[in-house]
This record gives sequence, C-alpha cells and structure tokens, in this order.
Amino acid sequence: MSIDQNTAAKVAKLARIKVEEDALPALASEFNTILGFIEQLGEVDVEGVEPMVSVTPMRLKRRADVVKEGGQQDKVLSNAPDAREGFFAVPKVVE
Amino acid sequence: MSKLNTLRLAEARDALRKGEVTSVELTEACLEAIDAADALNAFVHKTPEIALERARAADARIRAGDAPSMCGLPIGIKDLFCTRGVPSQAASRILDGFRPEYESTVSQQLADAGAVMLGKLNMDEFAMGSSNETSTYGNAVNPWRRGNDDAQLTPGGSSGGSASAVAADLCLAATGTDTGGSIRQPAAFTGITGIKPTYGRCSRWGIVAFASSLDQAGPMTRDVRDAAIMLQAMCGHDPKDSTSADLPVPDFEAMLTGDINGKVIGIPREYRMEGMPEEIEELWAKGTEMLKDAGAKIVDISLPHTKYALPAYYVIAPAEASSNLARYDGVRYGRRARLAQGDGITEMYEKTRAEGFGPEVQRRVMIGTYVLSAGFYDAYYNRARKVRTLIKKDFEDVFADGVDAILTPATPSAAFGLGKMTDADPVQMYLNDVFTVTVNLAGLPGIAVPAGLDKRGLPLGLQLIGRPWEEGDLLNTAYALEQAAGFVEKPVKWW
Repeated sequence: MSIDQNTAAKVAKLARIKVEEDALPALASEFNTILGFIEQLGEVDVEGVEPMVSVTPMRLKRRADVVKEGGQQDKVLSNAPDAREGFFAVPKVVE
Repeated sequence: MSKLNTLRLAEARDALRKGEVTSVELTEACLEAIDAADALNAFVHKTPEIALERARAADARIRAGDAPSMCGLPIGIKDLFCTRGVPSQAASRILDGFRPEYESTVSQQLADAGAVMLGKLNMDEFAMGSSNETSTYGNAVNPWRRGNDDAQLTPGGSSGGSASAVAADLCLAATGTDTGGSIRQPAAFTGITGIKPTYGRCSRWGIVAFASSLDQAGPMTRDVRDAAIMLQAMCGHDPKDSTSADLPVPDFEAMLTGDINGKVIGIPREYRMEGMPEEIEELWAKGTEMLKDAGAKIVDISLPHTKYALPAYYVIAPAEASSNLARYDGVRYGRRARLAQGDGITEMYEKTRAEGFGPEVQRRVMIGTYVLSAGFYDAYYNRARKVRTLIKKDFEDVFADGVDAILTPATPSAAFGLGKMTDADPVQMYLNDVFTVTVNLAGLPGIAVPAGLDKRGLPLGLQLIGRPWEEGDLLNTAYALEQAAGFVEKPVKWW
C-alpha cells in the first residue's frame, strides 16, 4: 500500500491538521516509511485470533447515573481561549 | 550525612523521622540544585513556593508523630500529570497556559503521602518520543557524558526530564509514565531505576492521555527500594479510572528480601537482536550469571511474536492517540490559532492543531487517523489488535510453564547524542523501544535496573519483566540483581 499526495491531504483533512501543499510530498513519503514498517503484520497468521479489547480481563465498574460534581461553570471555563457569558465561544458555525 | 539532595528516599525518610534533618532543609537543597542545573533543562516549571509550603506542613506532621510514607520527601512531577493551578502542558505548545483546576489521582496520592512537589519535568511532547527532542521546552539533557567528550547526550524519552533530574540529584525521585518504554528506556540511559507497573495498578485519571490501553504511571528512583516505596504511594484503586484495578496493594518494600532462591528466570531468545552492540550482549549474560549465582534457575524461553510488537504498537498507539488528541481543538483549553477574516470553525481547528502540535505528534495523529479510516480499519487496526492478543499469549505461555520473571536488555544501545537521529527516518527512533514495548502490549510490569557502564563510561540497564500484579515479587528479583550488580556510579558534574 502506497500513499500518494492526495491520500496524505485527505488524512490531514480528516485529522483536522492544516498541511501546506508543498509539505505534502514529504508527509506522504514519511507515511510510506511507517506503513512499510507496519506491513510486517501481514506475515502473522491471525486466523481465529480475537482482537484484544482489554489487556487485563476485567469487568468495568458501574456507578450510579447521578451528578457527582456539578455547578462548576467558572472552573470549566477558566482555561478557555474565548469564553463569553458562561459559554465557550467559537467562530460562527451557522450561516 | 551526604549532601541532602543526593539522598535516597529511604535514607531521607529515616533521617527525617529521627529528626536529623527537616523537610525544609531537604527541599531547599533540591531547589538550590535545580536552580544550578538549568543547563539540563529538566525542570521546566519550578514551584518553590508550593514546595516550601508542603515541606513546612510535612515537618509539622513529622513533629506531631503523624508522618505518612513519603512525608517530607521532595520529588519532581512529569509535565504529563495535571497539577492544580500549576502549568501542565504535556510539553506541547497546544496546551500553552493551561492550568488545571484539578489534580491527577497519582500526584494527589503522592501529596497525601506527604511528598513535596518541586516542579514539573520535561518530556517528549504528549509522551511521543524516545529522546526528549520533541518537547516544546527544548531538549532535556543527560547529566552523563562520554568520558571527557562534551557532546550533549539524550536522557532518553519520553520521561527524559524525570530521568535527568533524578540522575543529577535535583530531586530524590520523580514520576514518569510509560506507554512503550518511556520510564524504562530513560532510566537505563541515566543509570537510575524505573518501574512500569501492571496496566491498571496506577490510576490514569488526570494524566494527559496518549494511548489509553498502554499508558501507565510509575516511579523513577535511585534504587529498587525507593521504587518500592514510591510505587506503593502511587498505586491503588481509583473510581475515577474505569480501568484501575480494584485489588489490594501489598507492602512492596517489605517484600524486598533479596532471596530469589529457586525462582525461575526466563531468557527470551528473540531478544537477541541482529546488530546489538557486544556490550549489551555481555551485560545481559552477566546479569543472567548474577541471578543464577543468587540461586535462580535460568531457562531459555521463546516469545515468538516479539518481532511484531513494534509494528503492532505503531498501529495501536497512534490510533488511540488520534482519538485522544481530538480534544485539542482550540475551544476548551490551551491555545487557539490567530484566525483570518472569514475563517470558520474548521479553519480554527486546522490552524490550531497545525501550529499547536509538533511534527512527531502530527505524524502520529495522522497515522492513527489513517489506520482507523474506512477501508483500512480491518487491515491495520484489527490486525494489530489480533497480533497484540498473540503477544500477550506468548507471555502467558511462559508464565504457565513456571517462569517467574524474564530478563532482557533494557535498550539496544547506551544514550545517544542529541540531534544524532534528526536525519534518520522515524522508524529508526522507534527501534529504541524494541525491548520495552512488548511489556506495554501485554500489560505486564517491567523494571529497568542499572547494571554497568559501557566502554565510554555510559550507564547500561537490564530489564526484568514480571507476572501481572506481581510487582512485589518483580521488585524483589530486581533488588537481588541490583545487589549483585553493585552499580554506584554517578555522572561527573559539569552543569
């Protein structure tokens, strides 16, 4: 499997990382090096093997579906790059 | 008494309790050492006020006869741990200015045990790296040098600042985290001890997530006893982490008898890598002899899927990272890029992440995005998870055959020069974790113990891998190895 510039651009878009046009060839080449390394996995016989879900067999704990720590709006917003009137503020999303 | 900042945790603890020293004195000695060591770039956020306040509180508790296990002991905290009101940015530009409103469970437990936080330690960005060269703070530097050669060496990564600080006596111990070897490789590169416990031993709550199914916190210390003391304080069940194990934590320090008579130690033939330096091979053979002389039974074992551990890791870890790092979007915390007229929310995400993430983080997020994307999910991600099942089974099989612990080299080389790998392709850097990454994939405890010096005077480490949840037994085997190896060398101070 070889990655071309178009695929590299598509992946960058999916990852929401802006990559300039002129950086795409180098990026595609790096992807190919790493994927070439990963390709080795194709040699392994995985017939009938379950994909690992949890490394330690454990049943996830349940807890009551109730608010434990609420009412901390200012703490939640304290690190926001832009917070207004108790909300996170972002550029306009609806035209 | 030797200089206070050079004490081991156990020595300082005992001296504090006998009233021979105060926590304020210990803390001041460390703060002074930290201020004189800016050349190492290990501490990236110093917190002297917090440290002295906690030290005074610890002294009061000791006087009142109410001293918990780490009362008054000054330590450093890796920047990956969220610490209330103190910058916690995972060495990333994207978390510039982030001051959490909460404290990670592990650092809280250490504080509850009386430990004194001196500051935050350098690391690779989001713990992605093996040389501490991807940090937004710049490189951390290894206090060790090759004899009289003044070339700067890497302390390893990702917990490079932690390793450098402990080796250079800036703090008595430090926290690290380990996703593919990030505690054990830097420990080996700097002549200190580092243990990654069984997955689930330490709560991951409040630790900036990289690859959630692999990440574990652990202590980085001067010796095995200190590792036992600090691990004890760090682990235990936490309802805030659903993967944290609800199991009793034994008294690790009490288990250090040094008696390993009759223990079965496996030597995995697949870890004999082509091109491995002779010195590493010799050290491994020497370590095997030491354990044998201490009464252990040595057996050759096979872990047939070892070769596929790194490729599986470089699917699973980036996949999880791409998901975990999706939260850095310039909305809730950290840095937002300056936007141009007319930029919408997508441009905000894309610009923020392009300028906030460094090249290695971008690379891994994109690889993760690719292996999880429609059409490739089965071929890469599911296949890697199946290989992971097989890697874990390799270990289960040898443990079922009666093996108590496995001895391997910790790293394929001694510390290398900073900048040395700049022109290498990313895969060359990934090979640093060849001996450690299997342990994360299988969720096992692993410990790196310094065992000797190479010809150029750099420390080399050996790794012991234990059965799940048997950190106590593993620490005891490491203790026997440590006693036999008798590693006491320290870096010559140049900084």
